[in-house]
Amino acid sequence: MKDAQVLRSVPRAINWNRLEDEKDLEVWNRLTVNFWLPEKVPLSNDVQSWGQLTPEEQTLTIRVFTGLTLLDTIQNGLGAPALMGDAITPHEEAVLSNIAFMEAVHARSYSSIFSTLCSTKEVDEAFRWSQENPHLQAKARAVLETYAPGADPLKRKIASVFLESFMFYSGFYLPMYWSSRAKLTNTADLIRLIIRDEAVHGYYIGYKFQRGMETLPQARRDELKDYAFSLLFELYEIESRYTEELYDPLGLTEEVKAFLHYNANKALQNLGFEALFPDEAAEVNPAILAALSPDSENHDFFSGSGSSYVIGRAVATEDDDWDF
Amino acid sequence: MPGLVYFSSASGNTARFIARSGLKATRLPISPKDPLPDLPRDYVLICPTYADGLGRGAVPKQVIRFLNVPAHREHLRGVIATGNRNFGETYALSGRIIAEKCAVPLLYSFELAGTDRDIARVRDGLAAFWGTQCLTA
Repeated sequence: MKDAQVLRSVPRAINWNRLEDEKDLEVWNRLTVNFWLPEKVPLSNDVQSWGQLTPEEQTLTIRVFTGLTLLDTIQNGLGAPALMGDAITPHEEAVLSNIAFMEAVHARSYSSIFSTLCSTKEVDEAFRWSQENPHLQAKARAVLETYAPGADPLKRKIASVFLESFMFYSGFYLPMYWSSRAKLTNTADLIRLIIRDEAVHGYYIGYKFQRGMETLPQARRDELKDYAFSLLFELYEIESRYTEELYDPLGLTEEVKAFLHYNANKALQNLGFEALFPDEAAEVNPAILAALSPDSENHDFFSGSGSSYVIGRAVATEDDDWDF
Repeated sequence: MPGLVYFSSASGNTARFIARSGLKATRLPISPKDPLPDLPRDYVLICPTYADGLGRGAVPKQVIRFLNVPAHREHLRGVIATGNRNFGETYALSGRIIAEKCAVPLLYSFELAGTDRDIARVRDGLAAFWGTQCLTA
């Protein structure tokens, strides 16, 4: 379809001063300002902390990171490029090229962690494990099907948002857990940079999905919504088994599942849908939430509990004061 | 009559929160060309956060323009911020900035379109908040 369009029309240069969708520039700016490389994070400060993990904890951590590497590899090489072919505006295509590249940076980062903390033998073993683990392979395959040529562009976006906003989180849980116990804190800093990027990716692709839905007849919208919820169920089943296999030995499975529910709900919100899991099933350990957003207290003036609420001194408010 | 004013960009999370809550609220226009709707006299503002990694650009431009008018600021009684915890330290940052600039309390913060629990907290919280405000007025 894309090729046909290119052949038919005159090739057009991208003009960033003529936007069809303001969101493209907003997200482009956000992504480019947030650009980073793993060299920025002093991972070697974690060497001592790594040595204090048990061999089982080390193996789990390496496996979790190879699982994350696989998802980033897919999103870099296949996911984001497939979405580029579906782009409505040239600016959307440019934003997706940034997303594709950052996924390569993320995949690269895990290898930086490995080369800093682990032995080649351990890492090779974990990559072998990632190729043979049925649950990890199943989750990769489920998404790859929707990325295949000829697949429905809006279904691709649904799968992509689930990858960005849901499927990573069985893995992201572990570095947040270590961080909450003051372990591997530099590695956690790096993972937080990845989490921040994935949040923008999930938001943007979800937004484009919503725009795509706007013009559709109700029957087709219903079909896509049904598809989204059934794909989420399918992915959740796989994710649950993957989680049990990884986290049962540490007794963390139930806690990780609550984190999965919480993130599944957020992925659905990115697509403009309502939450699936009830609040009680999506209650995340506060220590993990604090590891996700350190230094940002949860303000709840209403219940009178928690942090001291903010009330500032009056400042003259002018355009210049606010950072545009 | 105290009220609620909110901003929601084209991605619509805050608008979905308002729709689900059943609360009566006034939406600030996305395009600067659109006229401002009639405002409630005293109000609480619900504002999303769009910060970059350094916290810049947290408050949407449309909200900045709105609050730059002294008459609008004068009736602002409190702020509720939204965001995403995945943005780390800048989660719901817009609320902290507005609270400080305008010397009003940051009442609450929630993620994306909010949970059912967030809706209940905001509904009950606002009712109680306006109660105390009337008593002290």
